[in-house]
Amino acid sequence: MSDDAPRLEGPLPPAALDDPHLQPYAKHPERAQAVAAVAMVVGFLGFIGFGVAYWVGDSAQWEAVTLGGGLLALGFGVTAWGKYLMPQGPFEEERHEFHSTEAEREAMTAAVTERGGMVLRRRKLLGGLFALGSTAMGIVLLFPLLRSLGPKPGNTLFETNWTKNSQLVTVDGRPIHVDDLAVGGVLTVFPRGYTGSSQDQVILIRLAQLGPLDPPLVINPPGRTDWGVQGYVAYSKMCTHLGCPVGLYQEQTQQLVCPCHQSIFNVLSGAIPEFGPAPRPLPQLPLTADSAGNLRSQSGFNQAVGPGFWERP
Amino acid sequence: MIDKTIDRSLRWLDDRLGIAKGGRTFLDKIFPDHWSFMLGEIALYSFVVLLATGVFVSLYYIPSAHEIVYHGSYIPLRGQRVSEAYASSVGLSFDVKSGLLMRQAHHWAANIFLGSIAVHMARVFFTGAFRKPREFNWIVGVSMLILGIVNGFLGYSLPDDLVSGTGIRIAYSIIESIPLVGSYLGTFLFGGNYPGNGIIIPRFYILHVLIVPLLIIGLLAAHLGLLVKQKHTQFGGKGKTEHNVVGTPMFPTFIAKTTGFLFMTTAVLFLLGGLAQINPIWQFGQYQPYQISYAVQPDWYMGWLDGALRIMPSWEWVGWGHTIALEVFLPAVIFPGLIFNIFIVWPFIESRHTKDLAYHNLLDRPRDRPLRTAVGVAMLTLLFMVFFASSDDVLANFFQVPLVAVLWFFRIAVVIAPVIAAVVAYKICNEMRAAEGVGKRKRPQIVTRSSTGEYSTTDAEPRPGDGVEELDAIPVPTYIDLVPPELATGVGVRRVMR
Repeated sequence: MSDDAPRLEGPLPPAALDDPHLQPYAKHPERAQAVAAVAMVVGFLGFIGFGVAYWVGDSAQWEAVTLGGGLLALGFGVTAWGKYLMPQGPFEEERHEFHSTEAEREAMTAAVTERGGMVLRRRKLLGGLFALGSTAMGIVLLFPLLRSLGPKPGNTLFETNWTKNSQLVTVDGRPIHVDDLAVGGVLTVFPRGYTGSSQDQVILIRLAQLGPLDPPLVINPPGRTDWGVQGYVAYSKMCTHLGCPVGLYQEQTQQLVCPCHQSIFNVLSGAIPEFGPAPRPLPQLPLTADSAGNLRSQSGFNQAVGPGFWERP
Repeated sequence: MIDKTIDRSLRWLDDRLGIAKGGRTFLDKIFPDHWSFMLGEIALYSFVVLLATGVFVSLYYIPSAHEIVYHGSYIPLRGQRVSEAYASSVGLSFDVKSGLLMRQAHHWAANIFLGSIAVHMARVFFTGAFRKPREFNWIVGVSMLILGIVNGFLGYSLPDDLVSGTGIRIAYSIIESIPLVGSYLGTFLFGGNYPGNGIIIPRFYILHVLIVPLLIIGLLAAHLGLLVKQKHTQFGGKGKTEHNVVGTPMFPTFIAKTTGFLFMTTAVLFLLGGLAQINPIWQFGQYQPYQISYAVQPDWYMGWLDGALRIMPSWEWVGWGHTIALEVFLPAVIFPGLIFNIFIVWPFIESRHTKDLAYHNLLDRPRDRPLRTAVGVAMLTLLFMVFFASSDDVLANFFQVPLVAVLWFFRIAVVIAPVIAAVVAYKICNEMRAAEGVGKRKRPQIVTRSSTGEYSTTDAEPRPGDGVEELDAIPVPTYIDLVPPELATGVGVRRVMR
């Protein structure tokens, strides 16, 4: 603001009351005033209405209509007052270049380079030590800022709670019998004792038949032919893209779809990604059934579940 | 009487603060008139509403992942185990009077805050308002855009509902994708491998209500301070030069109009907040890491990042015992980083290209700078394409086309559409520049039919209101003479008979 000082040395020349710059924009100022007045009255009533709506009712709709309506009408009234009834000018003000004179610039540069340079050049050792100390301070202060936040990842990204012979349970902790799922059914399961765990979520599918008389389809990739049992296959439910639950099972195409970014995994061939951004198959959990007919895991996963990270081999 | 009191008060203040000189200049500050100058005001006033409604909702929200049994008035949730964060968000909506209105107005204000920033930024870009001496303000503005997006994400993550939890999960995986340090940053920030130990909600909360807003307020003060110091840009026209600003003064004309605009912006936000449902968290339910719903989409300003993730091919790099999740790192970290950096350095790229080191206070018409306009259109097209790609599943459903086809369409369109749009924009600019009288304000045409059946057109008389445009601009007068006009003299005083 101070850069405008020259203009304000003395009072500016007066303007006559009927100067056209001071006249309202409205062709019929009385009408504009009437419109603004009506709007402001409506605004006032709107706010009264909000008060009533608040005490009497409990409706967000009425509160919005009264408060919003009041604000809209009052705002319209004030705007109309400003636009149609207040002096419209046009008025002008000068711009002043903000840069200083050449002499001032030189003086500034000189103050920095000569005065500052003088002390730095004379005491190089101190300058260097101060820089060293500050840098060290900056680095060590990052330790508490970052390192105190949480634990190192350690093995947690690689591990799940699935081990040899873990019992499959539903989110309620109920074991799953081989007869529980109809063909074409899906269920989210966890190892017993870890229900609801993000890292351990597994999607259990009883693969659909092609036709009513066909045998259930189980086409496992080589080496995994015995990883399913009675048409059941199980995959990690964590998408290998960004870790969303791969929750959409399309029975007709035998695909699992991740609703987050539409990665599509083929259930019949080891959940390899057929389309979308997911880079890797969903890790498969080898299944077996115990003597009571309840589903269990043959072992844990043979790789890290979920999205990729630097330490993943 | 009242005038004397005001005079005494101002003198009292001036004795202590020296406000008269600067204050007078401030009241005389000239605001040029153009509808597009209101876009930034929408952003400013949405931010005011964000602060006000934010204070309200923060009085009821509990930033805690601690699990409790829901006992509130929303019957379908009764007896369920939910987090305190979720229970308090639902409670704010149903058990606090006016709570739903305030919460939804807060959410709408966030969406419109960022929307108006985006449009304001486009206006500044296409009219060249970022040129010398306003490069700093452009960078300050871009920084506020980035912080606004971040804070929007943090804010809608707080209720701990199913949709927001999914967003946090994705954010974790994006952090995890950063080579070398990603796994560490993730577990540090979340207090363990996802979902961590529950600390993320209070951490997001303090970032959302204190740290990021403080940064935004600081930048906002700088933005407005620079605007006052450097004064407004204006479009060219009668009496408007590089060395003046023509318009209406801060007091009283602008202050009245802008106060009204504040009220009307607030009105729209509250009308939306009460009438247009947004983020019905009680329908989504408490977040569980193993649950998900169909058509999961972030708020609109995150859409372009989500879309980039969707159309990215599955290029994971594996070698030397390490994995780089390029399918995440490139679209979610490198891509936005690149875009924001292009924004920030654009003023310098352009001035280097044009070798133009002069001050610019008059705005460009977009058609007069075809190359810049083409670049801007290409950028907007790119961003729109990735934005729409974030709805690929919804689009596939709506148009009944295979998802695969939609995805391939966007993969190709993201590359080709910006180029086509740029060429078309460039050509349109040149066509418009070649046309005569383009951009001139036109008077209404009166068509008359003569008795012999001939038609002719003439310009209509200027409306009395339009006459203001014909006047010469004068400095804002200090005193308004109540003396008869013929006695008033001085520079800039013009007398007309009315």
